[in-house]
Amino acid sequence: MDPAAPVFRTEAVTRVYRTGTVEVQALRGVDLSLTEGEMVVMLGASGSGKSTLLNILGGLDQPTSGRVFFRDQELTRVSDRALTAFRRDHVGFVFQFYNLVPSLTARENVALVTEIARNPMTPEEALDRVGLAKRADHFPAELSGGEQQRVAIARAIAKRPDVLLCDEPTGALDSVTGVQVLEALNAVNTELGTATVMVTHNASIRQIAHRVVRMSDGAIQSDERNPHRLAPHEVSW
Amino acid sequence: MSMLTRKMMRDLRRIWAQALAIALVLACGIMMMVGMQATQSTLEATRAAFYDRQRFADIFAQMTRAPRDIVAQAQRIDGVALAEGRISFMAVLDIDGLDQPASGRVVSLPDDGGHLNLPVVRRGRLPDPLRADEVAVNEAFGEANALLPGARFRAVLNGRLRSLTVTGWLASPEFTYTIAPGAMMPDDRRFGIVWMGQEAAEAAMRMGGAVNEIALRLARGGDERAVIDALDALLDPYGGTGAYGRDRQVSHAFLDGEMQQLGVLARFLPPVFLLVAAFLVSMVLGRLIKMERRQIGLLKALGYPTRTIGWHYLTLALLIGSGGAVLGVALGQWMGSGMIATYREYFRFPVFLRDTATGVMALAALLGLATALLGGWNAVRASVTLPPAEAMQPPAPPSFSRGWLDRAVSAMRLRQTSMMILRSILRWPGRAAITLFGVMASVALLVASYFSFDAIDIMADTVFTQSNRQQVTLVLAQSQPERAVLDALSLPGVRQAEGAYAMPVRLVRGHRARLTAVSAHFPDERLARLIDDEGRVVALPPEGLVLPDRLAEALDARVGDTIRVEMLGAPREVLDLPLAAIIAQGMGQEAHIRAEALFAAMRVAPQVNRIHLMADPDDLSALNAAIKQVPAVAGLTDWSEVRRQFSETLEQNMATMLTIQTLVGLMTALGVVYNAARIQVAERSHELASLRVLGFTRWEVGFVLVGEMMLLTLIAIPIGWVAGYALAGALVQAMSTDLISLPFVVSRRTYALAALAVFAAALAAVLLVRRRLDRVELASALKARE
Repeated sequence: MDPAAPVFRTEAVTRVYRTGTVEVQALRGVDLSLTEGEMVVMLGASGSGKSTLLNILGGLDQPTSGRVFFRDQELTRVSDRALTAFRRDHVGFVFQFYNLVPSLTARENVALVTEIARNPMTPEEALDRVGLAKRADHFPAELSGGEQQRVAIARAIAKRPDVLLCDEPTGALDSVTGVQVLEALNAVNTELGTATVMVTHNASIRQIAHRVVRMSDGAIQSDERNPHRLAPHEVSW
Repeated sequence: MSMLTRKMMRDLRRIWAQALAIALVLACGIMMMVGMQATQSTLEATRAAFYDRQRFADIFAQMTRAPRDIVAQAQRIDGVALAEGRISFMAVLDIDGLDQPASGRVVSLPDDGGHLNLPVVRRGRLPDPLRADEVAVNEAFGEANALLPGARFRAVLNGRLRSLTVTGWLASPEFTYTIAPGAMMPDDRRFGIVWMGQEAAEAAMRMGGAVNEIALRLARGGDERAVIDALDALLDPYGGTGAYGRDRQVSHAFLDGEMQQLGVLARFLPPVFLLVAAFLVSMVLGRLIKMERRQIGLLKALGYPTRTIGWHYLTLALLIGSGGAVLGVALGQWMGSGMIATYREYFRFPVFLRDTATGVMALAALLGLATALLGGWNAVRASVTLPPAEAMQPPAPPSFSRGWLDRAVSAMRLRQTSMMILRSILRWPGRAAITLFGVMASVALLVASYFSFDAIDIMADTVFTQSNRQQVTLVLAQSQPERAVLDALSLPGVRQAEGAYAMPVRLVRGHRARLTAVSAHFPDERLARLIDDEGRVVALPPEGLVLPDRLAEALDARVGDTIRVEMLGAPREVLDLPLAAIIAQGMGQEAHIRAEALFAAMRVAPQVNRIHLMADPDDLSALNAAIKQVPAVAGLTDWSEVRRQFSETLEQNMATMLTIQTLVGLMTALGVVYNAARIQVAERSHELASLRVLGFTRWEVGFVLVGEMMLLTLIAIPIGWVAGYALAGALVQAMSTDLISLPFVVSRRTYALAALAVFAAALAAVLLVRRRLDRVELASALKARE
């Protein structure tokens, strides 16, 4: 893998939501390129378009205009079926509210993905990576918020995704638990070299990133590298 | 309009499909109840009014011949209000346009118009007592043969061919239901009632100054049993064949049997339907309202009093309930009209007094509303009593834990999506139970409905293909020596002829007695055979009677007991015969004996009064023409015609009921599964959308929903089979009289059909809901729960 090669590239992406007669311009011509192995933190206020952009990158939503490439594949030109396959094979998602299946144990929630992935690690290995090997047989209701989020990360990385897309992964967590989750994400990025995009409105988190992209009003306001990365445990909020 | 009312209207519009499904389930239950009860009470009221107005007699008696003044003597019997005598006899009729000979029962009309069993003129006029060739016919016969007033037909009266003119069509309480003696089904083309002036009938039958039938009306408080005994004593010297009450009068007995069965169905089936519907509506509505818990919390937080919020949701439940009730009552009336229209074909009442069964209607509607209220109440109470802050939170994440059942499930090493299905069922057994119960009930109702076809198939098979293989049965006017069978062989086209002997009898054992018939069997029977319930040909013992189990039970007779056989026709012998065997024959109503044994007991040479024939199909019309000319033949049964009529009648009758019951069963399954699936989708949309985000295809995500519903359906089907079997058994039990028991057999076809229909309905419902998953926005999975 060429570390400088772009994993994602967007060209003049716009997204307009129409509800009745009201039009909301969520993205206004975004050009962005993400590199393999990079950890990018995307900052912005609520409504700045960062989640919309993340959804488009993850194949959950389609832009109104513009083009999106995943490596050489143009995501804006493929069918719904191909988008599903794209998510299945290449993308790991981590959500703010974990979105674990309550009727499945930690191990089973991970197995949910490994069953349909091409070259997955075992659920045990994935859970081990986030430090939850001992809690594998617990149901979500028996786990703390931080543990649940780490199960979600294990589930996201178990398929060895090319990119990890995280939408406010620490949004529902307190600072201490949030750090544990960030450590898990950081470890994945370092050890597996998975390009990671983290959307957050928590500015403190920018300190662990390689690169920080700020968004406001549907456009990229700034895009700068972070020369002094901190380890997650050095961050607090 | 208050905001809450506006909210309710919008809520209703939003959940219209679910509300409709609930209303339909309820409507089905109410429809069954109202429809069947309305039919039942309409028939009862119509019959009561008709009997009363036309002065239907209470007691009937036939004799060979008695002087006319016997009528006055009968009237003097204690407890008798009125007596009337007349002449009645069977005749072969030759109708233009009808190949086969028809048969008719000719009855005399008193010159003064009479006082009992008064016919109603439906068309034309009564025959002129002074014109010997004028007759009136029963409406159904006139209609079937287009014998309009002025039309002519021929009849063999006392051995002479006579031409008769139709003056009108009549309806009589005695002949509301007409069926030829020995026939299985009414056949209005080939059997009719012919009314003739008193003098004309006397002259035709050489019965001047005599009568051979008496009808009595009881005085208020008259003792039927005592009057029958007195009348029997009075008529005995004149060849009386035994007086009987309305219960043995053919038309009344059939009508009564039919109404009894309808009564059982109306009492038994609709409450089951309604209860099932009520239960389901209550549960489904409850779940629908539980989903509103956040809104309830919000309303409370805004300061709405609990009572107002409770009433708001109860009104929603009531609106859905009233929709179902109104729809159910309307459908019930429609169903009642349909059923009455079917009965109109068979029961010739001149006017139907339509009874809408207002009481039942109100009761069913109330029950429907109560049902909806109850379901609403349970759910509203649970949500309304929560503190607002808690109610506004999404319900706590369901906690799953590992029980032994769960470990067993894990041990199966299923895919995780299958695991989700199993865990969801195990975690919410109550929720699964609603679906399970709904599907189970649908299957049970269909099995209990469809099984009647199995019963009828068995009966038809026994009667048509096993017992009666002959093409034609000739009924002889009088018993003949056995060689009459050889004479019959000389009729055109006849290839095979077989004699038989049947005699109406009264069987007596101790104080128990039954009016029935004895059938004597000749050796080497090939055409009309005696078959038991297992389909085996019964080998008759050399001596003694053989009784079907129902009849033996009615007489409380055991093998070895002596049974007195009183013949009700010439030669009117009274024989004491041992009971040699009891056979399992649910449909059987007759006693059987070997011909040799019977005639040895009677000390006469063997005789026949029935001849079964097989003939070349090409020669049938020649055979029919020839039979019309043979005075010795009093009547004829064309079995292919009987068969055709049987299936035709069944198709008409059953099609309506079947359609209705299938609709009800399917509607129930559809309503329950649809609602269950909708609620699932609403409750789990977040979870299912997450799966899509994780890269599961639409089909794979749909599998979690469809799989759970269909798994429940598959589990429910066998339970429904068992319940349906039990329900059918209870129905058979309830509908059996001491005369007849329906065969209780549920075929694989019935089980398969019921299962297939319900499976299809459930699948359709859940696929309908599955499409909603496609519309779930994937991005919503990333957001907080709504």
